[in-house]
Amino acid sequence: MAQARKRRLRLSAIIGTVPMMIVAIGVYVIGIAFTVFWSFTDSKLFPNSTLVGFKQYHRLWQDDRWLVAVQNIWIFGILLMVFALAFGFLLAVFMDQEIRQEDLLRSIYLYPFAMSLIVTGLVWQWMLDPNFGIEHTVRSLGWANFQFSPLVDPNTAIYGLVVAGIWQGSGVTMAILLAGLRGIDAEIWKAARIDGIPIWRVYIFIVIPMMRGSIGTAFVLIAVGVVRVYDLVVAMTGGGPGISTNMPAVYVIDMITKSYNVGQGMAAATIMLLPVIAVIALIGLGRIVSTRRKNAAILRAEATA
Amino acid sequence: MKLTTMLLASAALGFAGAAHATDLEVIHWWTSKGESRAVAEFAKAFDNDGQGDHWIDSAIAGGDVARQTIMQRILGGDPPGAAQFNPGRQYEELIKNGQLLQLDDVAAAGHWADVIRPAKIQSACLVDGHWYCVPVNIHSWDWAWYSYAPFKAAGLPNPTNFDEFVADAPALKAAGFIPFAIGGDGGGWQISGAFDQILLAALGIETRDKMYRDKDTTIAASPEMLKALTNFKALKQFADDGYANRNWNDTTNMVITGKAALQIMGDWARGEFAAAGMTGVKDYGCMIGLNEDSPIVTTDGDVIVFPKQSDPAAEAAQKRLAALLISPAVQVAFNNAKGSMPVRGDVDMSTADPCMQKALMAVEHPDQIADSPGRFITADTSNALGALVSQFWSDDNMTAEQAQAKWVEIIKNAS
Repeated sequence: MAQARKRRLRLSAIIGTVPMMIVAIGVYVIGIAFTVFWSFTDSKLFPNSTLVGFKQYHRLWQDDRWLVAVQNIWIFGILLMVFALAFGFLLAVFMDQEIRQEDLLRSIYLYPFAMSLIVTGLVWQWMLDPNFGIEHTVRSLGWANFQFSPLVDPNTAIYGLVVAGIWQGSGVTMAILLAGLRGIDAEIWKAARIDGIPIWRVYIFIVIPMMRGSIGTAFVLIAVGVVRVYDLVVAMTGGGPGISTNMPAVYVIDMITKSYNVGQGMAAATIMLLPVIAVIALIGLGRIVSTRRKNAAILRAEATA
Repeated sequence: MKLTTMLLASAALGFAGAAHATDLEVIHWWTSKGESRAVAEFAKAFDNDGQGDHWIDSAIAGGDVARQTIMQRILGGDPPGAAQFNPGRQYEELIKNGQLLQLDDVAAAGHWADVIRPAKIQSACLVDGHWYCVPVNIHSWDWAWYSYAPFKAAGLPNPTNFDEFVADAPALKAAGFIPFAIGGDGGGWQISGAFDQILLAALGIETRDKMYRDKDTTIAASPEMLKALTNFKALKQFADDGYANRNWNDTTNMVITGKAALQIMGDWARGEFAAAGMTGVKDYGCMIGLNEDSPIVTTDGDVIVFPKQSDPAAEAAQKRLAALLISPAVQVAFNNAKGSMPVRGDVDMSTADPCMQKALMAVEHPDQIADSPGRFITADTSNALGALVSQFWSDDNMTAEQAQAKWVEIIKNAS
């Protein structure tokens, strides 16, 4: 009886994992292999296998559009990371004060995340548009010299994107961090209160370190959103004014679909892959180190026993 | 199990699709009001051709998106029956890979080589002696549209060429108008398009075509090129701050309402004026080739390609459609609705509006006809140049010399 059940479980487990394995190997591994291969060819609309060495990469790093894109993703990524985590944390702490209407507020804060980035982008584009947005409204109220149109100036347009990104990302960060906060034992708060430790110090030195897991989750979610940011740019600025809000993903898609230059797009995609590989390698390395330490500790414990 | 069902379902779908052999799906991006009226003329003619054919309309907003869809469908093995492109190199790889139906017999039967004018528009479809597409209309980019009211309010005569407008611009601005209407949406195609026309006026047809065709870097590095860039950037002070995300019809609307004085835009802008109940020359000004004294028509426009089908019945329907699209009656009906010029000179266009008449006159003179840059350079090069012009316009730290150096570099690396 037990054996039959076990066998059935194994079969269902295989059936359950096979599609995922096919997808993982078929889409990711083979897809990545082709991406890298085509980046060394002069593929245009139709991929071909005429090897041209590092020509595509050479052109990539000569192209202003790509250079601006790389610079932008750092600005966008770092600012979004810092502000979304900060706002998300503050919101979570606020929600944790046993306030009234918590469910309603939580829904409101989460709402931006439920919305498509295209919608977010358009709404923010309209708000920041000098012809009918915030600037126009304030001016029509009487402040005739009021200026607030970040998307018009190539030097500030990227910050317009950051603002929209923060608005979109803070809510979900809050939800994750709130779960982390709720997971902290109430006894710790009691103990801290008895010891007379100020609340802000409890948060910074005790609670935040204990929330490592949820902060890490929020961090990864935001980072993934940053690397693949595409729709927000397309909806909000179309990469403009000029080329000032280009992003790597926008560059890749434009190269493939508008310029019919698959080789160049694949070179850019390969470069986008490098930081991801680096992060995965670091995490893997970290795991190996920590298992080694654990094993060593066990060995030591056995030796003393 | 699930996979098998899906495979069966998709096979059934494919079979069902083949059963209606004379249904032809046509992908195009004619979605504005005037455009959909125009394309309805094609559909009507095809549905009533007496062969049981049926036009299946797949309108996709935006040329870029529509072309991506067409390419993906062809690459994915599910080619549409017919598809719209702009004349030029957008579909050259499809030809090279043998994905497009040759129309040589239809062309010979319809004497395309004799009736299609100007000859320059033939060359977009006649590649290595074979016909691969049907040109359906001629659109010219090379127009400046202006509103009479601002010039009148500033006490100025109407301009007859672009230089006069530039000289008037400070006075127009002082009178409280936006002299130069432009928009920066979609990666700045309006900006690079306007620059193309200014460059064409500065270099002349011959020299400009030579630069694009032969990838001539001496012309790209010439003082005339630098002057065109400098003059173009000087226009920015006469545009408004809100240009960044504005689309072309909102820009045209600024001219229609008299808020702005002048816009450089292709003749599809005429549709917007017409929709506002305005007649060319009477209610608004139009400068052909940016200069009334030396008109230039560019031969942009649309062509229809026919991706190869496995079904012979579908192929026969494709050929019937190709012959129909260029037949005189359909040409007149389509182009009158669309506001473009027919590709054959032997049809009656006397009902066209006065601005169009200027173009119809110019198109009879081969020396007044310019190709669109897309005829000589690939989409890749064209996008790189467009991004450069758009960057140059928006980034005030970039000098004309820097822009020119980058321009030369792109031309040098072009294929």
